[in-house]
Amino acid sequence: MSHRHPSPPSVFRPAAGIDQSALDENRALLRAIDRRKILRGGLSLGALTMLTGCDVTRRDSVQRVLKTVSEWNDRAQALMFRPHHLAPTFSPDKVVKPPRFNAYYDVEDMVPVDGETWRLELAGRISDKRPWTLRQIYGLPEQEIIVRHICVEGWDYIGQWSGVNLRLFLERIGADLTARYVAFRCADDYYGSIDMASALHPQTLLATKYAREPMADPFGFPLRLRTAVKLGFKNPKWITAMEVTDTYRGGYWEDRGFNWFSGI
Amino acid sequence: MADARIGWEARRPGRLHPLAIRVMHWTNAVAMIVMIGSGWAIYNDEVIFGWLHFPGWMTLGAGPEGALQWHFLAMWILALNGIVYLVYGLATGRFRRMLLPIRIGEVIAEVRAALALRLSHDDLTRYNAVQRLLYIGIILVGIVQVLSGLVVWKPVQFSELALLFYDFQTARLVHFLGMTAIVGFLLVHVALALMVPRTLIAMVTGGPSLPGEPPAELEPAMTEPPAPCDPPADPAPVATDPALALTEPEPQQLEPQPGQPNDRTS
Repeated sequence: MSHRHPSPPSVFRPAAGIDQSALDENRALLRAIDRRKILRGGLSLGALTMLTGCDVTRRDSVQRVLKTVSEWNDRAQALMFRPHHLAPTFSPDKVVKPPRFNAYYDVEDMVPVDGETWRLELAGRISDKRPWTLRQIYGLPEQEIIVRHICVEGWDYIGQWSGVNLRLFLERIGADLTARYVAFRCADDYYGSIDMASALHPQTLLATKYAREPMADPFGFPLRLRTAVKLGFKNPKWITAMEVTDTYRGGYWEDRGFNWFSGI
Repeated sequence: MADARIGWEARRPGRLHPLAIRVMHWTNAVAMIVMIGSGWAIYNDEVIFGWLHFPGWMTLGAGPEGALQWHFLAMWILALNGIVYLVYGLATGRFRRMLLPIRIGEVIAEVRAALALRLSHDDLTRYNAVQRLLYIGIILVGIVQVLSGLVVWKPVQFSELALLFYDFQTARLVHFLGMTAIVGFLLVHVALALMVPRTLIAMVTGGPSLPGEPPAELEPAMTEPPAPCDPPADPAPVATDPALALTEPEPQQLEPQPGQPNDRTS
């Protein structure tokens, strides 16, 4: 780099200097310029630029913020949850038969479960972890609920489900009811978990029947969760294992970005 | 009497849109656009009307799960901002001053004038009857949106509130119609702001100072201020710029002189 020489007179620089009379003529105008006002205006303009962010969803930092808020929403929903408040129930003539099929694949790809060889495996903070056969499950006291099933997509129907009350079953197997989560694994590799407060809600069942008939294959035979206080996807079907745990297990849709608590 | 006069002068004249209002307005604008864009994506996942799908480029969020994340983020901002706005508007008297009263006759006259494209908006500090009606209406729609949104989100936890909306699907429909009303308002609101850009600038800079205290005495003077939209035939064009108008001296001629015999406040 060579030493900088004084530059030649710029074409942008007025040869005769600034006409000072302009200052006098516009004195009133100059007085009106409020520095703080300009700063404040700039702040509002800064907020305006946020309106133009179109591809912001792709950025990792935004994803992190959204995930953090979703986890915060889990805690907010746990605080809002009323453990003894019952969901509205309906009369049997409102029940939709058969219920609506829903899974992460089409109904043609559904693989039925053999009830004879099926076992419910138990794990985690449970004192009696012996697996359960279907006959043993059928021998448990039965509770029926007619409640609205609401899907995260926005559709709903009224269903009539029967089976053992989950709190009763957890007490029967000696589960630690102070644990944080009840997690499920399913025959179709679906998995999910719910908070203990929702698991202990009076309208949370391990269902074996729909409309007082043995549950058909597409809807979760032989055993599925049916809770009145969660969205549809929080009700795993074709359950093969249940774990009582303090470790967060997530879920099939939750690990893909859907809110974990998803209480209704 | 002298004390009252000092009190009036000592009080700094307020701006049309104080800083708090401007911050809340733009916070609301951003949060509302996020709510609308993500709401359209959520709607697309299970449409209410078979003929209506929102094009992907109009929606916000990668898939319904991303849209829900946006919706459940912006809802807190919108709700908290809205609560602060309602408390502020009621506590400071801004709602009473800016939005009331609404007279049916004025509304009809203003609608007629607007349909004839005669928009008179010389004085930014006074909302006309149609503006008042629309602003009160959109506040009420916002409240309905929060309530119907709570029911769509948590129809069991808020089952008592859900009864107000008949059932889950009707709450969804109300929430959709509320969105429609907000989008309709937004289109008119933005179009009018662009037609009278001073209003947009005022929501950034704060706008002109509010007139002094006794509005009854100000009325006659208000019939003939220079129309700011007119070409500057006036030799003092500086005064037509609302951003500079706040440096104008207070209207001294309206001030009762101390010690005058007609002064009844002493």
